[in-house]
Amino acid sequence: MSIFVDENTKVVYQGLTGSQGRYYGLLNRDYGTQVVAGTNPKKAGEDVEGIPIFASVADAVAETGANASCIFIPAAGVRSAIMEAAEGGIEFIVCITEGVPAQDEAWFFNKLKRDFPSVQLLGPNCPGIISPGKCNIGITAGHIAKEPEAGAKNVGIVSRSGTLTYQALYELQSQGIGVTTCVGIGGDPVPGTSFIDCLERFQADDDTSAVMMIGEIGGSAEEEAAEFIASNMTKPVVSYIAGQTAPPGKKMGHAGAIVSGGKGTAAAKMDALQSAGVQVGANPTEAGLLMVEVVKGL
Amino acid sequence: MDLFEYQGKQFFASFDIPVSKGEAVTTVEDAIAAADRIGEYPVVIKAQVQVGGRGKAGGIKLANDPDEVRQYATDILGMDIKGHTVKIVWIEVASDIAEEYYASFTLDRSAKKHLGMLSAEGGVEIETVAVENPDAIAKIWIDPVDGLDEATARAWVTAANLNPEATDGAVDILLKLYRAYTEGDADLAEINPLILKPTGEVHALDAKVTLDENAGYRHDWAAYEATQERDVREQAAHDKGLQYVGLDGTVGIIANGAGLAMSTLDVVNQAGGTPANFLDIGGGANADVMAGALEVINNDPKVKAIFINIFGGITRGEEVANGIVEALSRVSINSPIVIRLDGTNAEQGREILEPHLSDQLQMQPTMLDAARTAVQLAGS
Repeated sequence: MSIFVDENTKVVYQGLTGSQGRYYGLLNRDYGTQVVAGTNPKKAGEDVEGIPIFASVADAVAETGANASCIFIPAAGVRSAIMEAAEGGIEFIVCITEGVPAQDEAWFFNKLKRDFPSVQLLGPNCPGIISPGKCNIGITAGHIAKEPEAGAKNVGIVSRSGTLTYQALYELQSQGIGVTTCVGIGGDPVPGTSFIDCLERFQADDDTSAVMMIGEIGGSAEEEAAEFIASNMTKPVVSYIAGQTAPPGKKMGHAGAIVSGGKGTAAAKMDALQSAGVQVGANPTEAGLLMVEVVKGL
Repeated sequence: MDLFEYQGKQFFASFDIPVSKGEAVTTVEDAIAAADRIGEYPVVIKAQVQVGGRGKAGGIKLANDPDEVRQYATDILGMDIKGHTVKIVWIEVASDIAEEYYASFTLDRSAKKHLGMLSAEGGVEIETVAVENPDAIAKIWIDPVDGLDEATARAWVTAANLNPEATDGAVDILLKLYRAYTEGDADLAEINPLILKPTGEVHALDAKVTLDENAGYRHDWAAYEATQERDVREQAAHDKGLQYVGLDGTVGIIANGAGLAMSTLDVVNQAGGTPANFLDIGGGANADVMAGALEVINNDPKVKAIFINIFGGITRGEEVANGIVEALSRVSINSPIVIRLDGTNAEQGREILEPHLSDQLQMQPTMLDAARTAVQLAGS
């Protein structure tokens, strides 16, 4: 019914005492997420509206059984915050922070793979993940997502863009279509979780009938996903790729959204996906309509 | 952030990579004085612009004496090379070249490792070598956790079939280049050509460096920042801390979220119009940010219509609407504005905007409708 997180996920917020961490941590709790702890080395023993603060993730895990963390720490502290979470026993790390240096990302991606292979990192520079009705970690407005129903045709969403996922959730909700999980993998060049990581889990999830995949210019993740889809997916995939009009060589907001040396164009991604049998919409509205048709036809 | 060649050389020099002695100047008199200080002829006079093909355009000249320095500096300063005006020239000691190689480090996003490329085919476009003679490029992938050690560097240099005389020098420079790339927080660190001199020394004759702006907080890049080539709009947007990219069209764009902003450009294009810019204002509600964004776009002489595309998630529709109303009370806008406001509390937001609507300010219910309307307004 959901991938990566569910109603049993217990989350520790690294940065809960900061303004962003507090604002979204409390919103997540209101949604129904199990927000069990926060960390701040200088405020151990305090609390944020009843949520206990620990000096470290390891302490929080020992006391509360937290198995996921959400990072709202400024970019300069992200590398050590991620390692602290992994070393502290966290299995699923959601890093919201934007502006993390690419060298740091390349380092901790590989460090985790080598020393903590069972730890899944989502982000950095991502809106987080929502399993409607069960768990919302990050900055997605929970009320725009419709809960999935067993036996109904529910959709899974994976996206590099935050706002475009909110748009997709909203449109699906207005059509009465439930979402099993919506995963924001973020806009950076070395994301912890890939399209493929999500596609394979959606394929294995009995309650997910179709997948919406929202990509953008830069890198080759969409092309790699297209190969995966062609060989491994039986469930329909609908896609939209942002940045068809982007000029070469410029970062379009996201650190990873750049056409470099002619590579990473939206056109190439759309071609690769279409060749793999994916229905590609020219814009978010068209992609939404395609998905509605796909679900009706299932 | 792309560096000029002379800045790339300064960057390399700070990591002990051998580069030619030289100076960056902006006037002919300074060029002559610099050549004099350098004290050795011939010197090379090189246009500093962020495009390739300088040589073909006449932007790189060998000067044998002060008169030739004067002549070439006069020709090159102010020259237009592919739309870039030469404001700075770099004067350096000329080097004797026995062989030219290519070396670079960048991120392989697919492998999620650092990619090192080394080739005995230097002094030409590496993309051409990649197509015509791919076997001439020796590649290695480096795990950032391990880094690059000397043994690996040595094996790599052997695999690239450089002149054996160049081995020690190349290994030394590659280790230093890797440090520059990683510790210096570069997205790209490229030496083309990396030269072998008749003396046996290996030396970086050119420097192409792109720095990761996200790492700016941990370096002193003020000098590089100050010389970044931005057009007037981009400079204004940069000064206001806005995520902005200048384009050439007539429909100014403001959106919340990079993905939504990119897709706004796409739908304007699909509606037959031309976007004037990319602009992501983040959350969407802040009146200061909205006012700053509107000012930048309003000052773009090509803009004939403005499309504000907002999807409110946690940011509520009434907050966005209040932000727009407040911003419009501060900035007087010359072009008609089309707003599409959707998402959380969009109805409440639209109610707040209602009394302010006019010929110059209208709302459209969907992104596609708003794009078509903005394009029509820009065309009329």
